[in-house]
Amino acid sequence: MLRFIGRRLLIAIPTLFLVITVAFFMMRAAPGSPFDGDRKLSPEIEANVMAKYGMDRPLHEQYGAYLAGVVQGDLGPSLKYKDKTVLQILQENYRVSLTLGLSSIILATVIGVSLGVLAALRQNQTTDYVVMTIAILGVCIPTFVTAPVLVLVIASKLGWLPSAGWNGGALTNLILPIVVLTLPQVAIISRLTRAGMVEVLRSNYIRTARAKGLPENRIVRRHALRAAILPLVSYLGPAAAGLITGSLVVEKIFNLPGLGKFFVISALQRDYTVVMGMVIFYAALILILNLIADLLHAVLDPRVRLS
Amino acid sequence: MTGTILTPGSRVGAETMEKAARGRSLWDDARRRLLRNKAAVGGMIVLGLLVLAAIIGPYFTPYAYDQINKDHVWAPPLTQGHLLGADSLGRDLLARLLTGLRVSLAIGLVATSVSLIIGVAWGAMAGYLGGRIDEIMMRVVDVLYSLPFIFFVILLMVTFGSNIILIFVAIGAVEWLTMSRIVRGQTLSLKHKEFVEAARAAGLGDGGIIAKHIIPNLLGPVVVYVTLTIPAVILAESFLSFLGLGVQPPMASLGTLIANGAQDMELAWWLLVFPSLTMVVTLMSFNFIGDGLRDAIDPKDR
Repeated sequence: MLRFIGRRLLIAIPTLFLVITVAFFMMRAAPGSPFDGDRKLSPEIEANVMAKYGMDRPLHEQYGAYLAGVVQGDLGPSLKYKDKTVLQILQENYRVSLTLGLSSIILATVIGVSLGVLAALRQNQTTDYVVMTIAILGVCIPTFVTAPVLVLVIASKLGWLPSAGWNGGALTNLILPIVVLTLPQVAIISRLTRAGMVEVLRSNYIRTARAKGLPENRIVRRHALRAAILPLVSYLGPAAAGLITGSLVVEKIFNLPGLGKFFVISALQRDYTVVMGMVIFYAALILILNLIADLLHAVLDPRVRLS
Repeated sequence: MTGTILTPGSRVGAETMEKAARGRSLWDDARRRLLRNKAAVGGMIVLGLLVLAAIIGPYFTPYAYDQINKDHVWAPPLTQGHLLGADSLGRDLLARLLTGLRVSLAIGLVATSVSLIIGVAWGAMAGYLGGRIDEIMMRVVDVLYSLPFIFFVILLMVTFGSNIILIFVAIGAVEWLTMSRIVRGQTLSLKHKEFVEAARAAGLGDGGIIAKHIIPNLLGPVVVYVTLTIPAVILAESFLSFLGLGVQPPMASLGTLIANGAQDMELAWWLLVFPSLTMVVTLMSFNFIGDGLRDAIDPKDR
């Protein structure tokens, strides 16, 4: 088990290093600089500002200095938001994204697994077809369609919920963004669960359990679900990536002060350090989730541990 | 088996044999199964119509997609010669929609081809060469898999400005990973088959074997994955366009149209509804075809 974790970590660290390197040089290759404001700075002032942030040094030195900082947990100061470090910006804005992401993934898992199990148990019956139709719709209707349509109908026309804003995290403001983020995940999770369940229910050990005379309920919950849920566990990483992608759209449409909205703006403004900080943050998040997924997999499936 | 008893040299036997030999190839079988799948056939018909509309449609609209007309601002559908209405600059939505569909489909096709070429070459090479090289190549894929790719695409767009060629390449470069895994798995199982051995015995080199014997036999799963990649690519492009990083105005793609529609939806619902519907219908027909093809070519679940 320890060796298993060790091997995974050995992949994660070079990956993170690669992310940092590619993002660093890509950001610097972009035309323009963070100091191109509305007013053109005089050359002397610009040189001073560049020197202040160490940007007058050769690129490879800056890269080295940046890496050294990251290793010590220092992501540097923001170039656009004066007097704020990147860490502070992350800290101030992660809460919105985290709330949305966590609630969506929990909701999606609960609903998706239930629907998937239901569909698998009633395979090729009406319930199955209904669930699978929902799943296909969920995959084919992108968040940037559901979000404005829901805002138009539920917020603008019916006036049931506010159309945008964070409002200190009030529940009414959260419902629409969470629904939008959850729908596509429900679709994928129910599909995965159904496929896993259908396969497992055919296997020999389920037949054995049935032959022993166990009640169906117990067979499904104790025996089948545990194995059927394995593909779901590996979906954890991609799900996080999907949610992050979705949050870029959702935070824009609902005008929520989260990280996703920050990322695009900072990239356009060439706020190098903030963009880098976010890329590192998200990459680390996805890597950690992948790691957790691998571990869960090993816990749930003895075959993985042994190989 | 029929009940006929076959004696050597009998005509019945010869005819039966011939019939059997002409019989049904795997592809015949797959085609038959595909055509029995109503959702897939429906998807093919709808997609056919959409492609046709995208190719020839723009020549038949009364207005050009970028023709600004200030008397027609916010014209609702079915007024002033605008079948689907007009936008904030008085541009005809139908013309813009057809052009946008054309752009989105073209991006889907080209970016998928990019991913196809990279993915097949990479996967076939790794699977065929095996050993250390395989391990290194697949480790690279593993590493790339765990990157938050959308961020790199966004960075790429920001870095080099959003020109359409770059969108093709960027999205294609993201989507090849799964393709290479599928191809590698297939190649591993193919390379020990007798016909590959025979080709090697006949003196064909590695490159020749990969190109002439391995890749043609990979076709089935690759075709399935391609039909599922195209909608993913269209989605990715629209996503970028939605964030303002994709296709730039006055050019349109489904994503930019939806984004503009979302901005103006309080004033003009049609600008949001029609592009969204087109998008959903397009994605659905691709997905139905892809699912149908998978069931037809790889009938594991039947």
